[in-house]
Amino acid sequence: MGNPMKIRAANKDGVTEVKVLVSHEMETGQRKDANGAIVPAWFITELVAKHGDKTVLSSEFGPSVSKNPYLAFKFKGGAKGDKITVSWKDNKGDSRSDEATIG
Amino acid sequence: MNNQRRTVLKSGSGAALLGMLAAAGIITPGMALADWNKAAFDAKSMADTLKALGAGSPADSKDVQVTGPDIAENGAVVPVGVASSLPNISMVAILIEKNPNALAATFTLPEGTEANVQTRVKMGQTSNIYALVKSDGKFFMATKEIKVTLGGCGG
Repeated sequence: MGNPMKIRAANKDGVTEVKVLVSHEMETGQRKDANGAIVPAWFITELVAKHGDKTVLSSEFGPSVSKNPYLAFKFKGGAKGDKITVSWKDNKGDSRSDEATIG
Repeated sequence: MNNQRRTVLKSGSGAALLGMLAAAGIITPGMALADWNKAAFDAKSMADTLKALGAGSPADSKDVQVTGPDIAENGAVVPVGVASSLPNISMVAILIEKNPNALAATFTLPEGTEANVQTRVKMGQTSNIYALVKSDGKFFMATKEIKVTLGGCGG
């Protein structure tokens, strides 16, 4: 389990904007450590955002997404107080899911 | 429970998923995510990536916008956004031509989600960034050059 994500969701004029900041190393597998050994790749592969039970965004990441990935998107609908759930999985099998309320 | 595990194993591909299952024990029904498109993310060149995504040779479109800085001082964190006014967009992808693997991320947009996505990517060197969108089953592309003064890979 990684650290908690920071999720902000705000509804304006019927459109909900969601901003997610994930805490993850996103190691590319191209970097070498001080001894010249390659640091193994470690990155988020899949991230899904849901509004209630409905998927509003599903994404696949490669290692070239930045460390501590940031993501912003908008969807129609959503109301104040609704739940937004964001889940990710990485290539080492770790996963995490966090919730936020639309404000 | 066992039935579900069988189904997941059958539909899954590659060692990554097996490792994931082993570590996670089992995937809960609420988290049935799409299979990670390994071929597309492993592809090195733009052409191979587009092929792996099933995009062929997309047409350039003025209705697709790539936003980002003209010059990125730090290639490790380059804010990139894709927006489009085309109808029925189901997929958005961000590709960086000169990175070791061109594909950075793909987003599947269900109906109701706007074609307006922002994220941050790493860039090894100055390169063209391509935004690929799928609208009504057809692929369209737009590009923007971002100059990098300090690389984000291996630095």
